[in-house]
Amino acid sequence: MGIVVVGLSHKSAPIEVREKLNFPEATLPEALKKLMSYEGVRESLIVSTCNRVEIYASVQDTNAGIDRIKQFISDYHGLSREDLERSLYVYPDAQGVRHTFRVASSLDSMVLGEAQILGQLKDAFDISLKTKTTSTIMNKLIKKAISVAKRVRTETRLAEGAVSISTAAVELAKKIFGELEGKNVMLLGAGEMAELAAQHLLGNGVKNIMVANRTFERAEELATEFKGDAIRFEHFPDAMVMVDILICATGAPNYVVKRDMVTRVLKERRNKPIFMIDISNPRNIDPEVDKVDNVYLYDIDDLQSKVDVNAEGRSKEAEKAEELIALEVETYLQWERALDAVPTIVDLREKVEDIRKRELDKTLGSLSGMNEDQKRAVDIMSQSIVNKLLHAPLVVLKQAASSTDTTDNTLAVARRLFNLDKELKRPGHDRAPEQEAPAALEKGSEAKCRE
Amino acid sequence: MNLLFFQAALIVYALAAAGYLVYIVKPEQKWTAAASFWATSLGFVLHIAYFALRWTESGRIPITSFFEAANFLGMGIVFVFVLMEFRFKIPALGSFMLPLVILLMVPALVISGDIKELNPVLKSGWLGIHTSLAVLGDSAFAFACIISIMYLIQERQLKSKHLGAIFHRLPSLDIMDTLGYKALTLGWPLFTLGMLTGSIWANSAWGTYWSWDPKETWSLITWVIYLALLHLRTIGWRGRKMAFLSILGFAFVLISFFVVSRVQVGKHSF
Repeated sequence: MGIVVVGLSHKSAPIEVREKLNFPEATLPEALKKLMSYEGVRESLIVSTCNRVEIYASVQDTNAGIDRIKQFISDYHGLSREDLERSLYVYPDAQGVRHTFRVASSLDSMVLGEAQILGQLKDAFDISLKTKTTSTIMNKLIKKAISVAKRVRTETRLAEGAVSISTAAVELAKKIFGELEGKNVMLLGAGEMAELAAQHLLGNGVKNIMVANRTFERAEELATEFKGDAIRFEHFPDAMVMVDILICATGAPNYVVKRDMVTRVLKERRNKPIFMIDISNPRNIDPEVDKVDNVYLYDIDDLQSKVDVNAEGRSKEAEKAEELIALEVETYLQWERALDAVPTIVDLREKVEDIRKRELDKTLGSLSGMNEDQKRAVDIMSQSIVNKLLHAPLVVLKQAASSTDTTDNTLAVARRLFNLDKELKRPGHDRAPEQEAPAALEKGSEAKCRE
Repeated sequence: MNLLFFQAALIVYALAAAGYLVYIVKPEQKWTAAASFWATSLGFVLHIAYFALRWTESGRIPITSFFEAANFLGMGIVFVFVLMEFRFKIPALGSFMLPLVILLMVPALVISGDIKELNPVLKSGWLGIHTSLAVLGDSAFAFACIISIMYLIQERQLKSKHLGAIFHRLPSLDIMDTLGYKALTLGWPLFTLGMLTGSIWANSAWGTYWSWDPKETWSLITWVIYLALLHLRTIGWRGRKMAFLSILGFAFVLISFFVVSRVQVGKHSF
């Protein structure tokens, strides 16, 4: 019995692959139910964002469980196991716990310290709770992950960097425009920071987002996500007339927005101010643009200068967060082991008592002419044999319950030695379910690319 | 004439101005803004009381001497400020407007506050109407000028990317630009009406609508400047350029008020 995490993220697979494995939110309950029908999967939760698709599960047997989960993904999305294996990573047991905590704390995110993923994890957890696919272990794991993420947030300054750049952008926008309601935002190019900034602006009242990207499909995808409009890249200078806030992150090697272009745009929009945020590296907006009246150009350094945690400081903060997580993983594992130990001890006691009683009855039944005192003496003798025999194993089990050694498999050995798991196996989940992948794939565009 | 209420109002305004200045440099002292607003309101009540007393004593609207005019303009500006603060909640306005009020009232103190006998030919209902309209127009222009100064400071902060404490205190460029423009659209018609009623009054007093009196000439220049500003706005001028022009316009108002009325001889000399 243990926790496994099987999945893929921006670190292991490109967007094209991540898209294929996406689980749209609406289909999650059904997907979870399907996953639960695989043998040995006891609890499950699916996190699906555009940066990661991960299945968190508690399984009866780790290795078999991993195999079943992979099979599920392959079945559900109609992909061959071979294709899948290349992009999937697997974190069993303690590693799985650590990974869960790291994801929740945004240490595994593209933008270190951003808070979106925690919300997404909570959403996924809510869905699992509603679908009733989690119980003791997963509930504890996810609740713990949420509290760890909060600890990381309050005890390290990891989140400050990510948040404050977006917050600074919003604050500046508010000092230029006052209320942001009704302001038009254009996202030129894409990228984590740019999307994050757009997200923050949306959260502050901006309704209208235009997205222009060199690949129009990507623009459409983002536009759908932000409920905005996609425009062709070559049309962006014309569209800029309507734009109040321009977020630029095209990844082009040269200036995309130039001074004469901006001068013309300003004239056409009768000098209504434009706030430009250049998050690209190298920069995409000519710094000369800042000299145009009613244009306020901020590049990433300008925004970052408002954030006193520098890059060096942030990696230090990340280290602190990792240490904190390591400690929390330990406390979690202790809890899990204790949880394992208690039923093991109970199971063992019950089983032995059962055997003792059965054998005692048999023996006493076949012996005649014993008086009550003698019968009691035999009973006591059997009890003390059992107790003496069990004493050492129980001591070891109790020790194992509080041990910090993650490779300690005493409990598993004990269960196997005494054959405690045999009765616990759940019948009737042997058959893999029918494939119904295509319907789910069509909704792929609903991917939540907010992390 | 007892200056007690005038002095009391001035002292309370000075305290309020000090409070507003603390507010703008020491962002953590939040109470200063609220306290200053109450002080300003109290000062305004004292100011009105003084105005009313003076009115009763002289038997006419007290707006015929330089002292009275400066006093009235100060009152007009405080009135506009209280109105704006009540409506838009921009305490930083106080940090700029109250010092201006004090600048207007202190010179008035130095100059004689005695009630002078008014030329009988000027005794007319037009006196109050003409001067009130002109002073209200001037107050609106003063407000536009102050908000333009604030705009320029905020604009500088945003452009230079060095955001000081004042950056957080000053409102958004948009609201300052809008309010500045609104003040002009309000001030200009008032000023125009002031000129028109003055002209009618002049006709009834001297039999001529317009006599190129120095004050009239300066007022006409001021009027043209603000008209030009309003026109430029409609063709898309805004922000920094408008702010500069608005300050320039008010400079003419001040020259007309302080210099022309006193130095040059004419019907408006006090």
